[in-house]
Amino acid sequence: MLAEALFFSAVLFAIGVIGVLTRRNAIIVFMCVELMLNAVNLSFVAFAQAYGAAGHVFVFLVMTVAAAEAAVGLAVIIALFRHRQTVNLQQINLLKG
Amino acid sequence: MEATLPLFYKFHFYLFGLFAVAAAITFVTRKSPVAAAVWLVVTMFSLAAMYVLLDAHFIGVIQVIVYAGAIMVVFLFVIMLLNLGDAEAITDARGGWWKIAAGAVALAFLAQVAVLARFEAPAALRLPAGRVAEQVAEQGAIAPIAGPLFTRYLLAFEVTSVLLLVAVVGAVVLGKQRRHTDAR
Repeated sequence: MLAEALFFSAVLFAIGVIGVLTRRNAIIVFMCVELMLNAVNLSFVAFAQAYGAAGHVFVFLVMTVAAAEAAVGLAVIIALFRHRQTVNLQQINLLKG
Repeated sequence: MEATLPLFYKFHFYLFGLFAVAAAITFVTRKSPVAAAVWLVVTMFSLAAMYVLLDAHFIGVIQVIVYAGAIMVVFLFVIMLLNLGDAEAITDARGGWWKIAAGAVALAFLAQVAVLARFEAPAALRLPAGRVAEQVAEQGAIAPIAGPLFTRYLLAFEVTSVLLLVAVVGAVVLGKQRRHTDAR
């Protein structure tokens, strides 16, 4: 089951990467990051089945970090929207010289 | 019984894996953020089913409650707050070159994994087959996770609480309306 789970994990991660690279909506890019975290969690669980339950602890911690990241990231997006009236990443170029 | 059960497991594992991948592809290609969020929930439910099939029952439950429940609801709230439900102009994908570059990166990842999938760990690290399932049958679904979490990984657990506190304070500070920015 390990190889199959790693395969699905890799495909999901690649889909997340494609989303981050091709989408312009900041919220959808953010959701793609969540998808990548989920893909990694899947491989953690698969490895935990073969190498012991400590992998489940890592999944637990990754989920906590993902929740914290969602809270802070969405607050950043809201602040950005208030400032620029858009979430289009193409128009958010404050750091461009 | 002994012979049919693994096949049953395997079939459902593939089924939910294909569900997850199909829902993820639909998620990435949706224009509307609301539709994308709902498809991502479908992916997360399929992943929860896969966790259960991989003997991680507690993680599967947490996946549904925390990810599909809490985190995605926060996403939907923000989409609703910013009124982005039908914002077609914002959600355009980037141009052709970006798509080709993204496809190339994804292919590179997949090629790497194809190599890594043949990786064989040393036999000393590998548990006997079905060990985790046995543990779950003996101690229940939560005890095998709670043991290491509160003993070996206690420091990480405690640091996580600080992380959550910082996240809460950061979200409040970032989300606060600043009406008198010049009066500070």
